[in-house]
Amino acid sequence: MAYSNMLIDHYEHPRNVGGLDKDSPNVGTGLVGAPACGDVMKLQIEVGEDGTITDAKFKTFGCGSAIASSSLVTEWVKGKTLDEAKSIRNTEIAQHLSLPPVKIHCSMLAEDAIKAAVKDLQDKKAKGAAA
Amino acid sequence: MRIYLDYNATAPLRESAKVALLEAYEQVGNPSSAHTYGRHARSYVDHARRIIQDKLNAPGTRVIFTSGGTEANNLALRGLTASVFISAIEHSAVRNAQEGAHIIPVSTDGIVDLQGMERLLQDAPRGSLVSVMLANNETGVIEPVQDVARLAKQHGHLVHTDAVQAVGKIPVSFRELDVDMMSISAHKFGGPMGVGALIVRGDLQLDPVLRGGGQEFGMRSGTVPAPMVHALDVALVDAIAHLSDYDMVGKLRDRIEAAICPSGIVHSQAVPRVPNTICASMPGAEAQLQLMAFDLAGIAISVGSACSSGKVKTSSILKAMGVDETLASQAVRISLGYNTTEAEVDQFIEEWHKIYNNAQKGKS
Amino acid sequence: MTKPIYLDYQATTPCDPRVVEKMLPYFTEHFGNPHSRSHVYGWDAEDAVEDARAKVASILKVSPKEIIFTSGATESNNLALKGVMGFYGKEKPHLITCVTEHKCVLDTARHLEQQGYEVTYLPVKPNGLIDLDELKAAITDKTALVSIMIANNEIGVIQPIAEIGQICRERGVFFHTDAAQAVGKIPLDMDAMNIDLLSVSGHKVYGPKGVGALYVRRKPRVRLQALINGGGQERGMRSGTLSPALCVGLGEACALAEKEMDFEGKRQKEFADLFTSMVRDELAEVVLNGDEKHRLAGSLNLSFAGVEGEGLMMGINNLAVSSGSACTSASLEPSYVLRALGVDEEMAHTSLRISFGRFTTEDEVRTAATKIIQEVKRLREMSPLWEMMQEGIDLKSIQWAEH
Repeated sequence: MAYSNMLIDHYEHPRNVGGLDKDSPNVGTGLVGAPACGDVMKLQIEVGEDGTITDAKFKTFGCGSAIASSSLVTEWVKGKTLDEAKSIRNTEIAQHLSLPPVKIHCSMLAEDAIKAAVKDLQDKKAKGAAA
Repeated sequence: MRIYLDYNATAPLRESAKVALLEAYEQVGNPSSAHTYGRHARSYVDHARRIIQDKLNAPGTRVIFTSGGTEANNLALRGLTASVFISAIEHSAVRNAQEGAHIIPVSTDGIVDLQGMERLLQDAPRGSLVSVMLANNETGVIEPVQDVARLAKQHGHLVHTDAVQAVGKIPVSFRELDVDMMSISAHKFGGPMGVGALIVRGDLQLDPVLRGGGQEFGMRSGTVPAPMVHALDVALVDAIAHLSDYDMVGKLRDRIEAAICPSGIVHSQAVPRVPNTICASMPGAEAQLQLMAFDLAGIAISVGSACSSGKVKTSSILKAMGVDETLASQAVRISLGYNTTEAEVDQFIEEWHKIYNNAQKGKS
Repeated sequence: MTKPIYLDYQATTPCDPRVVEKMLPYFTEHFGNPHSRSHVYGWDAEDAVEDARAKVASILKVSPKEIIFTSGATESNNLALKGVMGFYGKEKPHLITCVTEHKCVLDTARHLEQQGYEVTYLPVKPNGLIDLDELKAAITDKTALVSIMIANNEIGVIQPIAEIGQICRERGVFFHTDAAQAVGKIPLDMDAMNIDLLSVSGHKVYGPKGVGALYVRRKPRVRLQALINGGGQERGMRSGTLSPALCVGLGEACALAEKEMDFEGKRQKEFADLFTSMVRDELAEVVLNGDEKHRLAGSLNLSFAGVEGEGLMMGINNLAVSSGSACTSASLEPSYVLRALGVDEEMAHTSLRISFGRFTTEDEVRTAATKIIQEVKRLREMSPLWEMMQEGIDLKSIQWAEH
């Protein structure tokens, strides 16, 4: 299996590894995948006053493609609104990293991670508004 | 000087294949491993698959590497749940692969009887398997496999051909023959012993003989011996590039036949044969006696196929052709190779006459 | 790019140059077909095959007449199982094997089941070894064959072979063992161990790929139904032209292994110990899979908690190692062998198989350990699971969305 330079670069120099304060009202956390399946992604996003994403961090347990996919989306979501972030499609991720066919599921997981993080944030906001 | 005239038993490794083999043995790697070494081994295997498809005109097929012709034939004949029809002159690897195979008769020249075959096939359940070899190992007769395939397909049957003795001697085209499966063996065309392949139409799935890791499209488990496969690849390219060498081989064959006839009797002389094979009876001399006499003279020939137990038996192939029993017991096989020389052939002819003359004296 | 350090000797071994040297003449000047009985080319080839057969017999301490050449261990295992069941299965339709066997044994057993035979798959204990009492309990008067491997290809544990052999002998059941990973690494004695059939692989013992052998006991005689039919070579048990070069290669490989076994075993044990201690000095939560004591000297299977094996392999691409068996590593399933040991799926996903061999150097071992330590540390830094484990969160307490 030959991996693209882009993928290898993200694997070797992952962007935005780390975490944000998951208890902050401006932080959404998405945790997707399962250890038993061999990949788990934790993606966190932070939104600013204007509702755009100002920061994103990830941690991933998985293969090189999973690590690269999550690293890539932390770059992509920054500066986007939540709706824009949600519209990122796994096919774009797969294409950008030239994922081999057997690794397409990694890009799907990254897409799910964004959605889960956005949902977590929106749930928090809704709860905050209700309170 | 020893003279080797038993190329149908095995041909020496071509120089190019030897170089390839040595190069490959410096590498390590299981083609199924994911790392660099595995990928390198895999590249040999993938390349060889493409070469076989290309050189034998078999696009869209799947090439399954095996330990040789016998295993390839076993896989072909047992891989489908189907009634099996084989010609009466098949190699033992086909003959013994499947119990209860129906036998298609052959003419006195050793050519499969198409009308007889059609009669047999009429009542056969659709999807039966017909196996007719492309070139016979003892007589060299080229079978009308294309016609066999056409007829078989009219009745909805599948066709396998054992092309072990044909590849490297005559042009072979999987597509033109329109068969569904074809067996080849490396050591008959100058590759190493211990590797062969079954070429299978792309949409056929065979029940494996060897089960395990699911290699070779799930049809043949076991680690693919990448160095052997690489040498097969190189030998095949070499053999096909030098097919024209067989024009000369054919001339040498004709020279022998002209010299030993009419004292000797050449079987199947009137029908198309691969250019290197002579099956000849020497009246008055049992095959065993000839073998010993030729061996004493440093000339290696054989009777029939090399796989039997060592006992010199009357050839089942000549028997199927209806050759007179005495004549059959006096038949030997002389098979030439791409590097057989005129001097070797002349030496053979001289010895043949010596043995023949002695035999005639013994008779009187 | 310099070549990666090869640490995957359980997947395959290089053909030893001394073996290649012995093989070469049989590819070239002695090119005869060993079954040609009418001339010296054939006789020379046959002599070479018989000489090689004697060498294979020697390492197993048996008679050459009890050795059949095959295309490899997969064929040997197929032939042993199908051959014995095919011959004795009418009266004794029961086969016993084990869940951690090589795929070629398991797949053959499954096929036999489909054909109507009865198969018992013995479980293994957490250390990877079978429970002898369970074996005893599984044997019935319908049992024809027990097939238990000597050394496991993924985790390197060695089953109590002599004990299994004795149980089988006492109960009048044939005992087959897949010794692909054991031949040349540990001393084997067919009589002392009561082994009736044993599979050998050429390319796992520094011989060529494409050749193997099956030992078939003559006294008491084991009979087999052939798997590959044709010219009736190998006393009718295996048809097909034998490749003298390959046979010579296997014979020479066995002879070398027999001679160097003690020395190599000690050397590889030192490597394994060195590697393990280097890794454990630097990394917590590294688990050795399989029994600590009963294992091949040069084989390690380690789980690095919190780090996915495939991801780790990408980081250590200057090391050729494997995660799981070579046959399955293309798929993403966690190893069935580790699962059988009761290793959690997430831990199974963190395992690496590292195996040292004849051409491994101490420098390579040190380089490999250093690189693995470095990458595991890096990947743990970005692992959400490792983070949770450090925070004391029980991974099992989380509702994971399986996908």
